[in-house]
Amino acid sequence: MNPYEWLQTILFFIALLALIKPFGTFMAKVYQGERTFLSPVFVPCENLLYRICGVDTDEEMGWKVYAAGLLLFNVMCGVALFAILLLQGVLPLNPQKFPAFSWHLALNTAISFTTNTNWQNYSGEQAASYFTQMFGFTVHNFVSAATGMVVAIALIRGFVRRKASAIGNFWVDLTRSILYILLPLSLVYAIFLVSQGVIQNFSDYKTVPLVQPTTYDKPRLDDKGNPLKDAKGNPITESVTAQSVTIPMGPVASQEAIKELGTNGGGFFNANSAHPYENPTPLSNMAEIFLILLISGGLTYTFGRMAGNPRQGWALLAVMLAILILALGVLYWAESNGNPLVAKLGVYGINMEGKETRFGLAGSSLFTVATTGTSCGAVNTMHDSLTPLGGMMPLSLILLSEVIFGGVGTGLYTMLAFVVIAVFVAGLMIGRTPEFLGKKIEAREMWMSIITVLTSGILILVFSGVAMMVPSAVASMANPGAHGLSEVIYAFASMSNNNGSAFAGLNGNTIFYNLTGAVAMFIGRFAPIVASLAMAGSLAEKKYVPPSLGTLPTDKVPFVLWLTLVIVIVGALTFFPALSLGPIVEHLTMLGGN
Amino acid sequence: MKELKPAILFVIVFTILCGGIYPAVVTGIASAVFPKQAKGSFITDKNGRMVGSSLIGQPFSDLRYFWPRPSATSDFGYNPVASGGSNSGPTNPDYLKTVADRVKSLHDTGIQGNVPADLVEASASGLDPHISPEAAKVQVPRVAKARGVTEEALNKLVAAHTEDRQLGILGSLRVNVLALNLELDKLAP
Repeated sequence: MNPYEWLQTILFFIALLALIKPFGTFMAKVYQGERTFLSPVFVPCENLLYRICGVDTDEEMGWKVYAAGLLLFNVMCGVALFAILLLQGVLPLNPQKFPAFSWHLALNTAISFTTNTNWQNYSGEQAASYFTQMFGFTVHNFVSAATGMVVAIALIRGFVRRKASAIGNFWVDLTRSILYILLPLSLVYAIFLVSQGVIQNFSDYKTVPLVQPTTYDKPRLDDKGNPLKDAKGNPITESVTAQSVTIPMGPVASQEAIKELGTNGGGFFNANSAHPYENPTPLSNMAEIFLILLISGGLTYTFGRMAGNPRQGWALLAVMLAILILALGVLYWAESNGNPLVAKLGVYGINMEGKETRFGLAGSSLFTVATTGTSCGAVNTMHDSLTPLGGMMPLSLILLSEVIFGGVGTGLYTMLAFVVIAVFVAGLMIGRTPEFLGKKIEAREMWMSIITVLTSGILILVFSGVAMMVPSAVASMANPGAHGLSEVIYAFASMSNNNGSAFAGLNGNTIFYNLTGAVAMFIGRFAPIVASLAMAGSLAEKKYVPPSLGTLPTDKVPFVLWLTLVIVIVGALTFFPALSLGPIVEHLTMLGGN
Repeated sequence: MKELKPAILFVIVFTILCGGIYPAVVTGIASAVFPKQAKGSFITDKNGRMVGSSLIGQPFSDLRYFWPRPSATSDFGYNPVASGGSNSGPTNPDYLKTVADRVKSLHDTGIQGNVPADLVEASASGLDPHISPEAAKVQVPRVAKARGVTEEALNKLVAAHTEDRQLGILGSLRVNVLALNLELDKLAP
């Protein structure tokens, strides 16, 4: 690492840590209905929205009603997007005249954006109109992020409230997430990103002459648009010279900001945050990484503050930081060593396949671990082209159920499920009734935590196994052998955990992956959400047990270490065999020179 | 099912607010404050003709120009409507053959010894406008010969077009290939 890369990484983490407390405090105030500096402007707007939608703000909900509201709202969102995608051809703001999505691609995409996954089996600049990008994808980036956040807040209330039957009002929490947190930050950041070069317009795609015209072989097509082949079965090509190229335009910055802030990750363009119009400078790159981690990091402090013990929040953040920095170190090390098979060909330097020059290795590595530790899934580096051990880092971060900061809200509620498990196991070891924040942890809480933590693991292993038995699914792999297996595991890991990044060589736009992926994303999102809300309901009903001598302190260093171990062990036990067959085998074959 | 009505109404309200008003406000402010960037950072020549965007790389293969990084976009390299990387895995035999071919074609133009990785490995976007200063330097002898200018003049040009780390710290040193080549056409047409 050169000194600049050290310096920019250290400065990044200092800046992030400096904002955790003020931003976490702000979010706590918003959800508790206290006054903030935004209140004078937004309280009237907020009340107007409640009046329009017929919401009684004084009504508190039990967990079942809360969950019902959340599910109904999300299903309606998904239906709206599905309709937009199927009607794209006749809707306005479509200068490139893109046709409708196929039904299975529309279904996959609608569920993908509703579940905050943003897995993309299409390429934005060739398939999605401006109307779809704005009224479809941008909207979902906001509402799916807000959905994750309110579940975390409801779960915190479960720990804090005593002998209560209600965990909050879903509509109020949802509205406040968007109005006070997501919209103002996105607005400021979008303008900042434009200053760096991210585009924001509604122009038609621009045709620009090339300084040096480029000649290429174009496959000849018959009348029906199928490629022609000669007698030997090779495609017939003709030499064509391109004098100009078409550069796509669009309202990119407004989507880019919320895409990172809400840990959504669905790129406006196919190349996502590697595209110079989405991420033009090293500074825009750092700003985007910052956005990805900001809310999830801040929520740990929100949790500590609402629970009346900020140290508890810092303890969770410490676990997240420790694993993130470890993964960052391994990834950076693996990539800086370069690819030995390529070095043999007479090439020197780090592995640059699938990386952009401007970000530097520090900027590429930091983005990669941030986007997979959270459920973001935006990429500024093509994960498929990372070295085997390098590529294992983003894969492992996703497989750890995305608690290393995690998605907005999802990271915190999944981390709290791990805390419950850690407390329970520790309780068994020392022979005490396990308790956390003065609430007894009993069978029901354990069940809900296990559902939250293990749903994605089951989905990944089952669907990857099925894919290996379906010939058409195997044919979608772009790279042969162990690397191809990594592509499939990565795909289902990404969808089940609602990440959305990919080892993108895999051709996911087939009926098999569109439909199995849709199921994995839906269950992977809503099973843990309902389980977390059920746990919130059950915890809220319990009485408070004051800490005694036998209480395990959960805000001290030993517990931080213990929790880290529990997370790593659960992940390792679930996935070690799969990781051995994919990245680890590939690493060994690479060193062996085959 | 009491929650069904607000569910539907909130979908409509947030679609208007986040999908209509928010992007419109961003577009309004952006085009007033940063009009050049919002439109795509296009470069025009002295006649006002658009010659490209400083953010989107272009394909160059002529000996008289500095070459950009390889691009994996479909149809032809640096096709802006098909952004994306190769997604080749590090041990894929086809990929290793591709890199070997690229190294050979560089050696064919007179470059000797090991070549910098960014000149033979494709970028993530396929549109990367930059190369490393090392990748520019190894091409100087070839371009100098093809244009009949001194290597010293070209080295100066490359140095003048090497962008520093942003704010002195962030990212890496880099050379914008399109800007460099446009300047080259002015220097030695």
